[in-house]
Amino acid sequence: MVDTHARREAREIEIIVNGKKTKIPTTWTIDNLIRDLELRRKQVAVEVNEQIISRERWSKQPLGSGDRIEIVHFVGGGKEDKCLING
Amino acid sequence: MFDKWLIVGREFRSRLIVGTGKYESFEIMRQALEASGAEIVTVAVRRVNLTDKSKESLLDYIDQEKFTVLPNTAGCYTAKDAIRYARLGREAGLSDLVKLEVIGDKRTLFPDNEALLEATRVLVKEGFIVLPYTNDDSVVCKKLEDVGAAAVMPLGAPIGSGLGVQNPNNIRIILESVSIPVIVDAGVGTASDATIAMELGVDGVLMNTGIAGAKDPVSMAKAMKLAVESGRLAFLAGRMPKKLYATASSPLEGML
Repeated sequence: MVDTHARREAREIEIIVNGKKTKIPTTWTIDNLIRDLELRRKQVAVEVNEQIISRERWSKQPLGSGDRIEIVHFVGGGKEDKCLING
Repeated sequence: MFDKWLIVGREFRSRLIVGTGKYESFEIMRQALEASGAEIVTVAVRRVNLTDKSKESLLDYIDQEKFTVLPNTAGCYTAKDAIRYARLGREAGLSDLVKLEVIGDKRTLFPDNEALLEATRVLVKEGFIVLPYTNDDSVVCKKLEDVGAAAVMPLGAPIGSGLGVQNPNNIRIILESVSIPVIVDAGVGTASDATIAMELGVDGVLMNTGIAGAKDPVSMAKAMKLAVESGRLAFLAGRMPKKLYATASSPLEGML
């Protein structure tokens, strides 16, 4: 008998998006992630493991288990704010 | 009526650069930006809030046809972080301009000049147009120019203090020490502070809290616009020399 749960698990990987653990299908690229999150492509920048991935590479960049993704945009600034990326 | 100025070949008419933080709402910010007449607005780079996506986006309130967006590295305490934020800002905004801040102390928000120089050096090599926020220190400003900064932005007083230009003579010395634009960044509390800065002959003034922290930010934005224009005109006009004693304005001849 096939364990459907285990099978589903095998097709998913866990990544960290803006500090939060997130499960995504193994086949996903950054492009899929940005679409799923309903973000405006032209207003965000994306880092994978501290390397910036430019927009034109989003659909070519596969995501791997444990990848740390940072998605940033512009906010009102604001000098007193802390550097949020590093928590 | 007003002379133009340049940052690395880009021409600007307004000498007021404004921040976008601390406004009650994006709409008030939008109105204040409009009233300020500014052509450059500075923005910070932060994580997108993925749990509350209902939040509106800052860029929806900044007409990028009208304003040049200047990403900053506000809140960064190391050269490494500032470089990382600058790169992210460039990616998000597709612009090489960066207002570089590397803070050295939480209480004063004074810059860490050593790290600032290092970050400027790295970012200039990567093709950035670097506008560093620095102390009112002519030696540091000269070093920043030497490593390729496009302008220097000495503070008038601590960030958010509203104390005005505390050491006008240091700003004067900076103006004589460098040949790149000098922009007073931080410390402007009210219109007269902006005028005083401009009367010294600086190329521009950058402020955020001075406008956003006023009871009526939109009116203060307008006041700052006029103050900056006024100070620039007074500088170009050339003020009369200061004298210790009185000189009568009316002729003594013809008195009874």
